Amino acid sequence: MSSETRAASMREFWQRGRGQANLMIGLLVTLLLIALAVVSLFWTPYPVNAIDIPAKLQPPSAAHWLGTDQFGRDVLSRIMAGARNSIAVSLIAVGIGAGIGVPLGALAAARRGWVEEVVMRFNDFTFAFPALLSAVMITALLGPGAVNSIIAIGIFNIPVFARLTRGAALSLWQRDFVLAARVAGRGRTRITLDHILPNIASLLIVQMTIQFALAILAEAGLSYLGLGTQPPDPSWGKMLNEAQTLMFLAPQLAIFPGLAIMVTVLGLNLLGDGLRDLLDPRLRRLR
Amino acid sequence: MTLFLLQRLGTLVITLLVASLLVFLVMEVLPGDPASIILGVNARADTLAALRAEMGLDRPAWERYVLWLGGLVTGDLGRSYTYGVTVWELVAERIGLSLPLALMAIVLSTVLAIPLGVLAAARRNKAADVGVMGFTQLGIAIPNFWFAILLILLFAVHWQILPAGGFAGWDAGFWPALKTLLLPAVALALPQAAILARVTRSSVLETLGEDYVRTARAKGLSRRAALWRHAVRNALIPVVTIMGLQFSFLLAGTIIIENVFYLPGLGRLIFQAIAQRDLIVVKDLVILLAASVVVVNFLVDLLYAVLDPRLRGGGHVL
Repeated sequence: MSSETRAASMREFWQRGRGQANLMIGLLVTLLLIALAVVSLFWTPYPVNAIDIPAKLQPPSAAHWLGTDQFGRDVLSRIMAGARNSIAVSLIAVGIGAGIGVPLGALAAARRGWVEEVVMRFNDFTFAFPALLSAVMITALLGPGAVNSIIAIGIFNIPVFARLTRGAALSLWQRDFVLAARVAGRGRTRITLDHILPNIASLLIVQMTIQFALAILAEAGLSYLGLGTQPPDPSWGKMLNEAQTLMFLAPQLAIFPGLAIMVTVLGLNLLGDGLRDLLDPRLRRLR
Repeated sequence: MTLFLLQRLGTLVITLLVASLLVFLVMEVLPGDPASIILGVNARADTLAALRAEMGLDRPAWERYVLWLGGLVTGDLGRSYTYGVTVWELVAERIGLSLPLALMAIVLSTVLAIPLGVLAAARRNKAADVGVMGFTQLGIAIPNFWFAILLILLFAVHWQILPAGGFAGWDAGFWPALKTLLLPAVALALPQAAILARVTRSSVLETLGEDYVRTARAKGLSRRAALWRHAVRNALIPVVTIMGLQFSFLLAGTIIIENVFYLPGLGRLIFQAIAQRDLIVVKDLVILLAASVVVVNFLVDLLYAVLDPRLRGGGHVL
């Protein structure tokens, strides 16, 4: 594709996408979240872990927009830094899931036979274990912490991507253009790289967005249970856990971190839905 | 039908065997020797060796695996190090909370989701549909433990009409016990209901486009009758499958929700057992939970075959 036609198709893409409310809202929320996380790397209203006991448990005010927690730490600053943590954990976890799952699924579709059987049976077993239960086990096994929650969430993304890739790739292998490539003497790896993967890329991008949202929820759940990011590093789930013990004193503490999780997941889901409509208009009529 | 049943049963047994092997291997890798955890770091070497022998820890791994498997089949689940009672007693004691809680959540989510999904499909693209879809988007995006905290804030802190946590126990009477389970059940049900409503909606939309629904309408059936008698009835088959798959999410949900409400159920037991390195309890509970997921999905498959005779050929369902 020449750079000119590519620019033209990008323009058309943008024009079609602009009319879709869910895509635009999702994109906006996601970009806002990323901006928040990036800004928190070099600036937050207050230092993230600065303790100021005299100013503890304050309600929202001009000085502290979202109030302060039991140690007088600024809630807004901690939510900003928490965004960074959520994004990092989820992004790497989904990366692991797609990075291992997609090749496995593509391999299963390309090789068939016992390779496929092994990959798919492995998938079935992971579905028998509730993901959170296994994540709790894995973090307990390896010890709590951000890195181990990445591994735990990542492992459960592998079968999702493997299954999706295999299913989509299998139907592509039957198509004429793939047959033509085989007749032309191309190897299975070449065909997978040149024809199969580019054709399922949009499907994978949509799934990644959805898995990203699920990973944010899973990370929040693990850190709520005390198995994810460890104090004093802020994480949304941990903040909610601490807020629960102070519910009678400062109920507002239990509101903002939860809102942050909800808005993030909502934004990512809308983005995923919007992308799916944009990339695969055939599916639109059913939803 | 018999062949189908045997085939599914065979897969069930193999799945459970591999699952048990997986759990056993994971537990083998887990650092920390159970005997030294019980006796503490200052234990004498001969005491340690005696306890290890008593617990069977000095035997080779495969032997312990076979013994454990035999125990599972015969119902001998072993004894918890930390609680000092058999795992069976622990499970029996806590299932009285977790099972009713899960059932309440399933009933609540079904009662909420199916009418909402059907409504959204029948009024496609109208205000009701947009409203239902908005609700489901929110329901999927809200973390269930945060929703639980919000429920506590509202019903326990603000209005003070329901307890913030703990379990009254069935001895306290049916209503007091049920009252303590109400908020946890609602918190568990919300995300399930959101997903189920979406599945119901798209499934009903699909059947509404089928020829037999058009035939029913052409025959003179009212819109409502065609919807309920033909479209919804057939649309419920995939909905049942999703409900089966959701069972596993529900179990995972109880781990977190029982912790939010300080409920002494199976979810909290497994969480505490992991924290206390009570490996026998962890091993048994994980395999019991995995088995319940597998069995529930097996039953759903059977139900599916009863509902849709085309699937009895013995091929893979779905």
